[in-house]
Amino acid sequence: MGAAVATHWTVHSRRFEASAATREPAWVRGILIAIALAFFALFLLLPLVTVFAEALRKGWGVYFAALVDPDARSAIFLTLLVAAIAVPLNLVFGVSAAWAIAKFNFRGKQLLTTLIDLPFSVSPVVAGLIFVLLFGAQGWFGPWLIEHDVKIIFAVPGLVLATVFVTFPFVARELIPLMEAQGQEEEEAAIVLGASGWQTFWRVTLPNIKWGLLYGVILCNARAMGEFGAVSVVSGHIRGRTNTMPLYVEILYNEYNFAAAFAVASLLALLALLTLVVKSLVEWRGRQELSAGQES
Amino acid sequence: MNTSAARRVLPGFPLALGYTLVYLSLIVLVPLSAVFLKSATQGWESFWAAISTPRVVASYQLTYGVSLLAAAINAVFGLIFAWVLVRYTFPGKRIVDALVDLPFALPTAVAGIALTAIYAGNGWLGQWLQPLGIKVAFTPLGILVALIFIGLPFVVRTVQPVLEDLSTELEEAAASLGADRWQTFYRVVLPPVLPALLTGFALAFARAVGEYGSVIFIAGNVPMVSEITPLLIITKLEQFDYPGATAIAAVMLVTSFILLFLINGLQAWANRSHGGG
Repeated sequence: MGAAVATHWTVHSRRFEASAATREPAWVRGILIAIALAFFALFLLLPLVTVFAEALRKGWGVYFAALVDPDARSAIFLTLLVAAIAVPLNLVFGVSAAWAIAKFNFRGKQLLTTLIDLPFSVSPVVAGLIFVLLFGAQGWFGPWLIEHDVKIIFAVPGLVLATVFVTFPFVARELIPLMEAQGQEEEEAAIVLGASGWQTFWRVTLPNIKWGLLYGVILCNARAMGEFGAVSVVSGHIRGRTNTMPLYVEILYNEYNFAAAFAVASLLALLALLTLVVKSLVEWRGRQELSAGQES
Repeated sequence: MNTSAARRVLPGFPLALGYTLVYLSLIVLVPLSAVFLKSATQGWESFWAAISTPRVVASYQLTYGVSLLAAAINAVFGLIFAWVLVRYTFPGKRIVDALVDLPFALPTAVAGIALTAIYAGNGWLGQWLQPLGIKVAFTPLGILVALIFIGLPFVVRTVQPVLEDLSTELEEAAASLGADRWQTFYRVVLPPVLPALLTGFALAFARAVGEYGSVIFIAGNVPMVSEITPLLIITKLEQFDYPGATAIAAVMLVTSFILLFLINGLQAWANRSHGGG
């Protein structure tokens, strides 16, 4: 696989090194690469290394002790739970929205696409606030909820709602351009040949979009597990009850328990690295299938 | 209407669109409208009072000012970064390329405490900067550092595909007609990249304005000096000042909407000039 990756990049870069007229002098190239790498080291690599260095500063014993702490374990569990609810909800929505927008023409399509992107441009703090306004004690549904003893704000449902909001567009915005580019001929052929709608989706559409779908789900999941601002507003910071991992990191940090804060943070950083690895693999597989499809 | 219905061979349109609209309304539109309805019910006087106190105005200046500066720095370095990734080869390039997305994947709170650890007075970089009289952590400069971190991938990832698709034939033609490399870059390469660059700049700015997690750890959060607007909303909420929090949120939402339309326009322009070139 390593060889294949290397080939991809050599093919890629040869395009631009073919002619001396489109190349900068060696010293210009050197300076630009140095600037980019310095920026990379300072703003991307250093924070990442710091997380692990600080987490292990007091040794592996302290590190593992911080992770098996009951509060840490309940934060990890809650993070997994919230993501396990929010991601599938947005997955179903993303597929359904992409099916409607990419395969059909209707009025207001452009507006709908813009509205789906809306949560990306809303501050996470505002995203949390809107659910407090709806379901908080002083909110629209607050009195009714209190009467029926349903807790949304300062409880798990609030965390899920805020997470669903901030991760809302991820799957849809990956799928819409992909399915638009693929057109609808293949699906129409399947229908004309007598396949049902579901058969067409499972056998024709899904295989075509699987890499884009996976890509969207991975990004959605990373954000769902790492969201801080929105869940911070709705959580109430109840230890062992409504603290997800990022919120627990904040609590430990504010208590000057830096080693434990960075230990929990290192798990989230590992998740981020894993996300990037899977993302690179998916991009690579998607590109391979694309070029294989174009050659055949 | 009839012709489009006749052409519609594929099933599932009413279900897919219906579900999309209901889910969009329940999760996004109705909750967001709560901000405006709640603002409307409190009356103009108290609304204006809430959004125009000196402390709130100072937070706008800080949030929007530093976000603009961070987006501008990201535009310059993001362009260099994308250029280097597309045009040059160097060892470790694949890893560097993959890690550009780190700010998308790394939870903001983790980035926040890591940056604070680096730039605090006893931190890895802070201990060298402090004697020089440069304080980064717990000052507006720290906010700038966090917002640069958050915004970088937006510029790189919008500019990179455009640079990749750029044909070198025009550059060769420019060179053979006697243009030097800088003229070629300025007159031939930059114009088709500009819409994407502006889109990346606007995306980085929009993200920076609302950013909370990575900023609050490093900002110091001193009122009038290093207190960002999203934090002010949380402060008001913790004081149970719901109308105040909602009014500030309404201001932030309106700027978000304006930015969203601007970005949509820029993207349409980018697609046109990209597709045309």
